[in-house]
Amino acid sequence: MEELINDFSPGLFAMQAIVLIILIILLGKFAWKPILSALDDREQGIADALAAAEDAKLEMARLEASNEAAAQEARAQRDVMMKDAREIKEKMISDATIQAQEKADTIIANAQEAILAEKKAALADIKSQVANLSVEIAEKVTRQQLSEKDAQLALIDKMLAEANI
Amino acid sequence: MFRAYLKTAFFALLLAASSGMQAQDDHLLDHDVHVTDAENDGRVNTKDEIDSYIEHHLKDVHDFHLFSFTNDANERIHVGFPLPVIVWTTEGLKTFMSSEFHHDDSGEVLVQKGDVTLAKYHSKIYEIDNGANVLSFDEELHPNNAYKVLDFSITKSVFGLLLIGLLMVFMFGTLAKQYKKRSIPKGFGRALEPLVLYVRDEMARPNIGVEKSKKFMPYLLTVFFMIWIANLLGLTPLGFNITGQISITVCLALFTFVIVQFNGNKDYWKHIFWMPDVPILMKIFLIPIELLGIFTKPFSLLVRLFANITAGHVIVMGLVALTITLKEQFGVVGSTGLSLFLTLFLMVIELLVAFLQAFIFTLLSSLFIGMAVAEHDHPEHTGTGEEDVDIVRERFV
Repeated sequence: MEELINDFSPGLFAMQAIVLIILIILLGKFAWKPILSALDDREQGIADALAAAEDAKLEMARLEASNEAAAQEARAQRDVMMKDAREIKEKMISDATIQAQEKADTIIANAQEAILAEKKAALADIKSQVANLSVEIAEKVTRQQLSEKDAQLALIDKMLAEANI
Repeated sequence: MFRAYLKTAFFALLLAASSGMQAQDDHLLDHDVHVTDAENDGRVNTKDEIDSYIEHHLKDVHDFHLFSFTNDANERIHVGFPLPVIVWTTEGLKTFMSSEFHHDDSGEVLVQKGDVTLAKYHSKIYEIDNGANVLSFDEELHPNNAYKVLDFSITKSVFGLLLIGLLMVFMFGTLAKQYKKRSIPKGFGRALEPLVLYVRDEMARPNIGVEKSKKFMPYLLTVFFMIWIANLLGLTPLGFNITGQISITVCLALFTFVIVQFNGNKDYWKHIFWMPDVPILMKIFLIPIELLGIFTKPFSLLVRLFANITAGHVIVMGLVALTITLKEQFGVVGSTGLSLFLTLFLMVIELLVAFLQAFIFTLLSSLFIGMAVAEHDHPEHTGTGEEDVDIVRERFV
C-alpha cells in the first residue's frame, strides 16, 4: 500500500485528467454527438419504415376486405337483377300468353259470331230461295196441274232435283 | 483533403521521431561506451534482474525504450527515443529531454537546470536540496536530501495517452464524418459502429435509462475506448503500461465518482442519509455504511482495473522470463518452447481481459450513475437497488 501511494504521481494524474477532459469535450462534440444522433436517426427511420410497412399492410388488408365486400355486394346485386330479369321474363311470357289467349278467344268468338251470322244469312237466303223455288214450283205445278196430274208430279220431282240445294 | 492532411502530418511525425531516434543513438553511443564496464548494462539474466526488470516495467518511465543489444564492439546499444521532461521545481517550470539523465534510474546522474539540481531515482524525479551534490538515502532507501518535484513530463504513459487520444479522434472523427454521407458506415467504421452501439445498448441504456443516458454517453464512450485501447497497447511489444498506473486508474475512478455525486438526485441522497422503509434504528445504522459505500464503489473501480492489468503484465513477463529461468532444467529449446506456449495462451486470455476490464469499468460506472439518477416511483423499487448491489458484488468476485 505504501509503495502504491509512493507510485502515485500527481503529475501523471493531472495529465490523465487533462487528456480525458479534452477527449471527452472534443469527441463529445465532433464524434459521439454526430455518431449517436446519426444512429438515433437511423433507428428512428427504421422504426418509422417498419410502422409504415405495418400500416400499409393493414391498409392492404382493409382494402382487400372492402374489395371483397364490394364484390360480394356486386354479386348479390347481380343475383337480384338476374332474379328480377327472370321474373320479368316469366311475367312477360305469361302476360303474352294470356293476351294471346284472349286475342285468340276474341278472334274465335268473332269468327263464330261471323259464322253464325253467315249461317243465318245463308239460311235466310236458302229460305228465301226455297220460298222462291216453292213459289216457282207451285206456279209451274199449278200450271201443269191444270193440264195433267202425273206430269205435274214428275215436274215437281224434276224441279226439286234442279233446285239442288 | 482532410485525410491527405492527416497523412502528411503522420509521416512528418514518423520522420521527426526517427530522426530524434537517430540523434539519440549517436548520443547514447558515447554514453554507453563508458557504462559498458558497469556490472550489468541492462542485460537480464538472473532471477533478481528479471524481478527488477518487471518492477521497472510496471512503473511509468521518462523515455521510450524499445530494445537493447550488444554490438560487435561489445558496446550496449539502447534503441528508443527520449521524451520531454516537464517539472515544476522551486525555481519554476523546467523542461528538457529525458536523454539528459542518460538512462540513469539510480539518482547518480545529476542534471543542473539553472539553480536546481535534478536526479531521477526509481522513475521519479527529485530535486536535491541546496548545497548537496549527491543524492543520499536513508536506511529504507528513500532519498533524504531531496524532494519529489511535480512531474508533468510527457512520460511513456502520457505519450501513450496522447497516442490513444489522437487515435480515437481520428477513428471516431472519421466515423462521424461518414454518417454525413451515408447512413451505414463502410470500412473500419463498420467495425466501430457495433462497439459504440454495444456501449450504448448494453451498458448505458439498461443501467441509466434511454433518456437519461444521453447526457453521460460522451464520458462512458470515451472512457470505454480509452481503457480498451490502453489495455491493448499494453499487450504490444511497445511496452506501455498505462492502465497499470495507479495514477491513471485513480483519475478515471475519480471522474466516475464526481459524475455520480454531481448527478445524484434527491432519492440518491435520501437512500444514503435516511433509507426509506426501514426502522429508525436501522436508518441511523445504515448512514455510515452507505457513506462508506459512496467511496468504496469508485475505489473498487480503480483497484480492479489497476490490479487486473498489473497482474496480467507481471504474469506475461514472468512467463516470457521462463525462457531464462527454466533454461537449466529444460534446455534452451524446451524452456523457450514452454515459455512461448504459455505466453501465447496467457496473451489470448489477456486479450479478453483487456476488453473485459474496459467493459466492467464502463458498465459499473454506468451502473453507479444509474443508481444515482434513478427515479424511485414506488417504495418496492428500493429492493431493486439492493439487487443491483448483489449483482455488483457477484461481479466483484
